[in-house]
Amino acid sequence: MKIIVCIKQVPDTKNVRLDPATNTLKREGVESMVNPFDLYAVETALRLKDQFGGTVTALTMGPPQAESALREMVEYGVDETALLSDRAFAGADTWATSYTLAKGVKKLGGFDLIVCGKQAVDGDTAQVGPGLAEQLDIPYVCFVRRLIEVDPQARRMVVERLMDDGGDVVETPLPALITVVKEINEPRVPSLRGKMKAKKIAVPVYGLQDLAADPDRVGLAGSPTQVVRIFAPQPRGTRAKLDGRPEEQAERLIEALKKDKVLTIGAE
Amino acid sequence: MDYFLTEDQLMIQDLARQIAEEKVLPVRAELDEKEEFPRDLMKHFAEADLFRLNIPEAYDGMGLGGFEQALAVEQVSRVCCGVACTYAASGLGAYPLVLFGSEDQKKKYLPQIAAGKLGAFALTESTAGSDAGGIQTRAVLEGDEYVLNGTKQWITNAGEAEIYSVIALTDPSRGPRGASFFIVEKGDPGFSFGKREKKMGIRCSATGELIFNNCRLPADRLISKEGLGFIIAMRTFDKSRPGVGAQAVGLAQGALEAAVEYARTRVQFGHPIISFQAIQHMLADMAASVEAARALVYAAARFIDSGAKEVSKVSAMAKVFPSDVAMKVTTDAVQIFGGSGYMRDYPVEKMMRDAKILQIYEGTNQIQRNVIGQELHKEFGRRSRKK
Repeated sequence: MKIIVCIKQVPDTKNVRLDPATNTLKREGVESMVNPFDLYAVETALRLKDQFGGTVTALTMGPPQAESALREMVEYGVDETALLSDRAFAGADTWATSYTLAKGVKKLGGFDLIVCGKQAVDGDTAQVGPGLAEQLDIPYVCFVRRLIEVDPQARRMVVERLMDDGGDVVETPLPALITVVKEINEPRVPSLRGKMKAKKIAVPVYGLQDLAADPDRVGLAGSPTQVVRIFAPQPRGTRAKLDGRPEEQAERLIEALKKDKVLTIGAE
Repeated sequence: MDYFLTEDQLMIQDLARQIAEEKVLPVRAELDEKEEFPRDLMKHFAEADLFRLNIPEAYDGMGLGGFEQALAVEQVSRVCCGVACTYAASGLGAYPLVLFGSEDQKKKYLPQIAAGKLGAFALTESTAGSDAGGIQTRAVLEGDEYVLNGTKQWITNAGEAEIYSVIALTDPSRGPRGASFFIVEKGDPGFSFGKREKKMGIRCSATGELIFNNCRLPADRLISKEGLGFIIAMRTFDKSRPGVGAQAVGLAQGALEAAVEYARTRVQFGHPIISFQAIQHMLADMAASVEAARALVYAAARFIDSGAKEVSKVSAMAKVFPSDVAMKVTTDAVQIFGGSGYMRDYPVEKMMRDAKILQIYEGTNQIQRNVIGQELHKEFGRRSRKK
């Protein structure tokens, strides 16, 4: 199978600081890491490669230093890499990012499957995966937690996706795009041979012209999203959990409601 | 301390540490408690290429030395000596093949071990431990097959390994010179496993009996020639002993770190106990002896990897000193933890239990001292002849 995994370099969540004036992330001087959800996507792809053979290509859009994230993926066993990087790509929202990634995917040639993490921990939108599939006009399934059956010959796969109230079993033709949740697997550790290879490889970089992309559809210029205001959410009210047998819980609930004057009984 | 490791050596050290902390640490207490073999962890080790380190490149290995192996073992042992033992024992099982195997044998078995199929090394019997001459397992050539009969005991990775290096007597009349090494595969006819032992420490590692009941092996399973069994065993131990030293250094390092952290937070008489000289001096001795043990293991492993001829003395030193250090340091770590240290809620009681085996297996520390003493005797004998 020919599999493409989209990854994103994000600020290390252990050291994130906010600029109190603008409420935006302070990115300067902050260590970066690969979006943790993307590691599950890479593992998904590598397991399919272990099973069916083929190649796994890691794709990202980002500044030149995102190259290190791609090298890290080679440590895990990814075969090829591609970095989409151009000053014109800067400031992209999820719409422009999806367009640019779609151009990158086309540049890489054909594929059977694209795997993305369910969302990135910096933006938390979960929009780029499905956006990319729309741009490529291929079917997609989000929040996949299990691959039930993959049949590259018959060009179809059956997966289970996580829903609020359980799971859905979905069949899709290939090529397709899936985004995966962390329940899908346990990512492997890097390998020594991968680490040695990662030191040596050259990461191909593609800019605006290499991708033959429309300058009006990339970066800030191609981003319809406008951030009107950024604010810290109101803290939630205090919450309490009641324990014990149902009868006891009911009793405690009534006590609590009475105490807060939500409930009055009789002459009390 | 900086041991001036190469970029590749640092990479191996980092990766082993990452696996130890991310994969081993969360499960070590449970594996110990349940005496459960770390099968999933060995899969991670295999995926990370850690079984390839000292297998030659021609057989899918990385062609590195005992030193690199020791670096990896140390990092794993810092978190769990039982897991480190399981990992290191596979390398021990491979050594007779690496050192003495034929081209065909190496081609067949070493790539499997490099990919993570476990190996095991089998010498000990109920009548043969320190006295390796006491082995009774027989191998008789019948036509183009060897027939093995006997029982090996306390074999690490018994039942879990796929490939076993086994010593047996081909000519009992010649005593130790009548012993030979064989490769036995799990599933060979007449080869089975006896009881799995319940141990004081390294409880996740598998230790058990190998039973040979008219076990028939093709003649090409003989390693090298008949009668070379003891030479193969001794050469293997010369290579492997610094690995036990590395287990000891890692284990002692883990205990030292736990003790320092605890002493910094445990408050008595209104102060953290690390502010008391009694504790500081214990920690100071622990730290100094761990560093001395590490320096010895690294130096010995590098010396052996250099291709030096006479390594028995240094190899024995690199096992005996660190394992005594590990026993002392883990015992002192429990002491610093006080009552808490005796409880299974903290890791140091396990570390103390784990340490004891390092003074016993792969040649007891008494036997190691014999080796060192005999080598000294020989060296000085040669010198006085020269005068």
